[in-house]
Amino acid sequence: MRRLPIRRVLALCVAALTLAGTATASEEQPTPAELESELICPVCETTLDTSSAEIALRMKARIRELIAAGSTKGEIKAEFVDQFGTGVLAVPPKEGLGLLAWLLPLAGLATAALAVGALAWHWSRGRAAEAGPPLDPELERRLDAELARFE
Amino acid sequence: MTGRLRVGAQVAAVGVVAALLALLVWKVAKGTDNGVTSSLATGGTPTAPAFSLERLDRSGELELESLRGKAVVLNFWASWCGPCREETPLLEEGWKRWQRKGVVFVGVNVKDFRGDARSFMRRFGVSYPNVYDGKGSTIGRYGVTGYPETYFVNARGRIVYRIAGEVRAADNLDEGVERALAPA
Repeated sequence: MRRLPIRRVLALCVAALTLAGTATASEEQPTPAELESELICPVCETTLDTSSAEIALRMKARIRELIAAGSTKGEIKAEFVDQFGTGVLAVPPKEGLGLLAWLLPLAGLATAALAVGALAWHWSRGRAAEAGPPLDPELERRLDAELARFE
Repeated sequence: MTGRLRVGAQVAAVGVVAALLALLVWKVAKGTDNGVTSSLATGGTPTAPAFSLERLDRSGELELESLRGKAVVLNFWASWCGPCREETPLLEEGWKRWQRKGVVFVGVNVKDFRGDARSFMRRFGVSYPNVYDGKGSTIGRYGVTGYPETYFVNARGRIVYRIAGEVRAADNLDEGVERALAPA
């Protein structure tokens, strides 16, 4: 019984290491498919993998050239940002103004959770107040006795 | 207290919905028009939006403001655009004819690779100044809706004529240049 948590922890460690390894491999040796899903066609404003616009075809060709030249995913993305700006990234960068796109939804969720919590607290407090003062012990005993007759 | 809180929450929710609705209506009403195209359509001569962009034909930047006092032909293009290939010889020929009269042609290469843009310029023997706007920061301000598009700016920096799409004939180009040269 005590071994189970250790096994789980070990399984999680193995999974984390596997994922980390995959992420590193992806960064060092990206595939055209993953980059095409992470970059936007600046004309049609969809990801490259769903676009057949001329500029998208040219960008796909450039991705293959850069991969063949041994560029990492970060280097390839940096080149595209240099040419087309950060708007070329399908996912905003986790720095500068792009960080806002990550933080604002979380802040919104936290605010909504706080608001719901505050409302629930106020409503439950209101209900407690509406319930009125506790019954007199004698009256409560008589009420229990009366109810018992119906059981 | 609970009642006031509930009313406050409802007011806030209605306010957020109203603000989003107003934003939607504004965006739909405004569309991609920034005032330049609608002004031109009603016979106006809007001010050409300023820019300072990296040059493709040599090092440094070109500022539109530095050309004030001259008629300017601004051509928005990209190397991947078919009609741009068709019209470029006409623009180059027009530049050679009009440059002696003080007219400046400026190519604005948008949403393109610098290398591709330079190859295109070499291939077509483009000799007029060209700037690079990979991010497309100018197109929204000019109201460019497709490629190519050509704007004619007079000496006072006002847009007097626009050709949406390919310049198909020298006459068409000359008409725009003559309007840009006409006394304001």
